[in-house]
Amino acid sequence: MNLRERQWIISGIFLLITLIFLGRLMQMQIFSDEWKDYAARLTEETETLTPARGLILDRNGNILLNNKAGYDIWFTPRVCTAAGGLDTNQLALLLGISREELEREFKRANAYASYRPSNIRKQLPAEDYAKISGDLWRYPGIEARRRSIRTNPSGLASHLLGEYGEVNQNDIDANEGYRLGDYKGKSGLEFQWEEVLRGKPGIKRHIVDLRNDYRESAQQGELDTLPIPGSDLHLTIDMELQAYAEKIMANKRGAIVALDPNTGEILAMVSAPTYETDLLTGRDRGNNYDSLLNHKNKPLFNRSMRATYRPGSIFKMVQGLIALESRAISPSTRIFCDRMVIGCHGDHSFDNLEEAIAHSCNPYFHEVMKRMIQDGSTGSVFSDAHSNLGDWAESVRNFGFGTDLGGHFPSLRTGMVPDTADYDKMYGRKRWAYSTIYSISIGEGELLATPLHMANLAAIIANHGHYFAPHVVKSVGDSIDDSFKPERFETDIKPSNFNSIIRAMQSVVTSIDGTGKKAQVPGITVCGKTGTVQTKRVDHSVFIAFAPMENPQIALSVYVENAGSGGDWAAPIASLIIEKQLNGEVTQKEKERRMIRTTYPFPKYFP
Amino acid sequence: MRRTAPIFQRIDWFTAAAVMALMIIGLFNVASATSGADAVDWFDWGNKQGKQIIWVAIGILFAATILLIEGEFFIKTAVIHYGFNLLTLLAVLAIGKTIGGAKSWFSFGNVGIQPSEFAKTGTALMLAWLLSRTSEKIATRDNLIKAIIVIGIPAGLILLQPDAGTVLVFGGLIFVFYREGLSGNVLMGVFSALLITVATILTGANQLNYPVIGSHSAVFMLWGVLLGIGLILWITTPYWIVPRRRKFVRRVILISGIASIGFSGMLHGGMEKVLKPHQRDRIHVLFGIDVGNPDADYNIRHSKAAIGSGSWTGKGFLQGPMTAYGFVPEQETDFIFCTIGEEWGFFGSSFVLILFTGLLVRILMLAERQRSAFTRIYAYGVASILFMHYLINVGMVIGLAPVIGIPLPFVSAGGSSLIGFTLLIFILLRLDAERFTVLR
Ligand SMILES: [Zn+2]
Repeated sequence: MNLRERQWIISGIFLLITLIFLGRLMQMQIFSDEWKDYAARLTEETETLTPARGLILDRNGNILLNNKAGYDIWFTPRVCTAAGGLDTNQLALLLGISREELEREFKRANAYASYRPSNIRKQLPAEDYAKISGDLWRYPGIEARRRSIRTNPSGLASHLLGEYGEVNQNDIDANEGYRLGDYKGKSGLEFQWEEVLRGKPGIKRHIVDLRNDYRESAQQGELDTLPIPGSDLHLTIDMELQAYAEKIMANKRGAIVALDPNTGEILAMVSAPTYETDLLTGRDRGNNYDSLLNHKNKPLFNRSMRATYRPGSIFKMVQGLIALESRAISPSTRIFCDRMVIGCHGDHSFDNLEEAIAHSCNPYFHEVMKRMIQDGSTGSVFSDAHSNLGDWAESVRNFGFGTDLGGHFPSLRTGMVPDTADYDKMYGRKRWAYSTIYSISIGEGELLATPLHMANLAAIIANHGHYFAPHVVKSVGDSIDDSFKPERFETDIKPSNFNSIIRAMQSVVTSIDGTGKKAQVPGITVCGKTGTVQTKRVDHSVFIAFAPMENPQIALSVYVENAGSGGDWAAPIASLIIEKQLNGEVTQKEKERRMIRTTYPFPKYFP
Repeated sequence: MRRTAPIFQRIDWFTAAAVMALMIIGLFNVASATSGADAVDWFDWGNKQGKQIIWVAIGILFAATILLIEGEFFIKTAVIHYGFNLLTLLAVLAIGKTIGGAKSWFSFGNVGIQPSEFAKTGTALMLAWLLSRTSEKIATRDNLIKAIIVIGIPAGLILLQPDAGTVLVFGGLIFVFYREGLSGNVLMGVFSALLITVATILTGANQLNYPVIGSHSAVFMLWGVLLGIGLILWITTPYWIVPRRRKFVRRVILISGIASIGFSGMLHGGMEKVLKPHQRDRIHVLFGIDVGNPDADYNIRHSKAAIGSGSWTGKGFLQGPMTAYGFVPEQETDFIFCTIGEEWGFFGSSFVLILFTGLLVRILMLAERQRSAFTRIYAYGVASILFMHYLINVGMVIGLAPVIGIPLPFVSAGGSSLIGFTLLIFILLRLDAERFTVLR
């Protein structure tokens, strides 16, 4: 080969290298997005402009849930490494966490992205931040960013308001615009009204430099949006009444639900024991959550909507009303208190309906329901029960039992109104008769209802036969909008049939030997009914009431677990709540003192 | 003297234009890389693009001066030129300033001069002078040894700085020998050595458990394989080689086997014992070996991101965020190609590659039209040196070669390299301009 021709081999090598380079450039710049994406991750950062979350206010405009200034501490590993590291001992001390915890956070941050800031200390309240802000600059890679912290300054209505917490992977995957480290409503109204409260986050896209400092806006800010603040939520809750009811229920287990029977607006809703919402925000959330979760009294459990209790004697009014409407009895029907199948209390023997409710006569209502269920129409006690229970259950459901009460509370449990199918399943088809199921005639057995359902029963009686869907949100946004009208539900029972029931409830409270006389309020006619629900341990104490009798403004249920008789505990508590709401001030100081002071375990016999 | 046309009409304007184009491309990109997010202050002599303008001006002045000097001068002074270069390389080891771990710089106030950038010209001249003295066959063993000494002395001095990148550039002079008659087998040998290098690095980073000797580097496996191949070839020789040639072939097998394993062993030993851990990491990163340190390939990942983000047309002059906000280190010098990639896209960067290739091929064409062996050999030297810079620098920034800090000729910021390359190429242009007038 001529040496001259070797120039072509050498040229060929040069060309080959250039072709390889061109191919590589093609792949890097045109075909693959890998390096473009990587460059974007390095040089662009989308800042989320978090809108102010809507406040939650009570019916008088008092703030229940507020936002306060706070700070998150962020850490960028690369900045720290570049500056030669930092003293983790000192920093941990400053941030008030252990060194191990801090180093764990550092490791996590590094695993996430060494050039990106990671949140290592969340929701530092402004007052705590003020103490350390002067020293933070000493630590390379550490910076503080403002964030607002959700706070419930009064600590009231925690169950109702719910929890506001960091999003989890499911929330992020749901593609609703949540990103790691964002917060959202996790339960209660915070969860239910998330969309309204949250507002719309804005975004601002930045070009950042190597130190991750913002330098200019990306794409000349064309893609940026402003945040739209969340709307405030105006509740029907009366903060003063709520506070009072929570005070009364301190150190007890149970619930109080008070509502306005004329509108279905809930005035107070207490689940006891309660907790402070703010315990579940911030750094100690984990520990606090665990100790609340494992507490024997289950403070996180919202008894007012989630606990299903047997209603007990308060169910006798429902029984009486259905029987009146179906003409199984009339107000003057008298029945012997024979105490053969079912026991009774007190000194009576041949009550009419009104007296039977006042005395809470068990045999009376056993017989009343028997007349409806086992009417002899088929000649078989099994077939009688099988064909009649459905109508009865339907009538009970008209009182809201076993329903969602209009659906304003997603977490409300419907409770249980046993129907034909339920008993067929339990005992076999037509293998049960009234004698099998009679305990539901006095509100025991399979019947289950929440305190909200029970308060709603009081409202139905106060309204002579109808109720408005119980609700807690009055309006959304800045202007109070009165156009919202809750759905009205009818029981299909003639208003006149309520007269004897209401008179009976009045005498429960007002008569000398009334079981609910501790529910009396000076100057106000209270109508109520006690219940004492048997349990394996001490009985639950139940009371429902409305007042004033002539023009009902409040209807409520009080349920105190394992306290004893309804008249001794639930009734006086109802009295205090009614007085507080209707008179604004409680004059029955001795009663109030005794109720607040009493804690578990309840004295078994009250003097 | 048959022709008397002025020298500026006789020089190869294609080459000169390509060089000028690269300088101007360099100026713009150095300006972008230097000024960050701010507007370019072109005539701020304190910053790098201001200095680069001055260097380009000085370079043009040097170029013009060189074109006015008789080519004969460079031939006659080749030895002096070379000797002077060696002196400066010695001096820099004694009184030089250490920057970035290498004692490569003379410091005059705020101006630094890097003698190794000039030593390439001297070595190319010396090599041309040495090899062109023999009239008949150039690629003799005698000449080869002399040439290796001529290249080896400056390369050795530069290695002491240490500046491995520049030493590698001298390795490119093998193309000169090849053109002058060195056996193609040597090129093949170099290629085989590269293959073994890659295999040694890949296997050397692993640990394997062996039956008897326990846990050792997987390079033992490679040596075993090489040994096995050698043995098989040795034993099977009778089946594929005529008896007459058998003895010779067996000797070749023996020598190349010992050479391969010895080379691989020395390389592996060097990697483990001589290189510093971060240097070893750089090489490992290139070969996709996980070095357990996310920062080890930080430079090259950022460099690739900058280039990749350029897409077809780039982000536009001064519009590249990776360039503006300091994501790529050594942005205006060794990594200047990133700025081109990011701000001028595939069109811009492939234009630069094609310009370089055009320049290289053009130099080979100039070389082949010479009647003078000196000019031809010198031209091949120039092409080899430029090619090695091109190969290593561009290969590095696009992730095909290890991170070795050498400049992209005429484009990277820095006076020494700019002036050095200007001298290198304009001496050639002057010699080429005299191709009809001088017989050597
Ligand atoms: Zn009785």
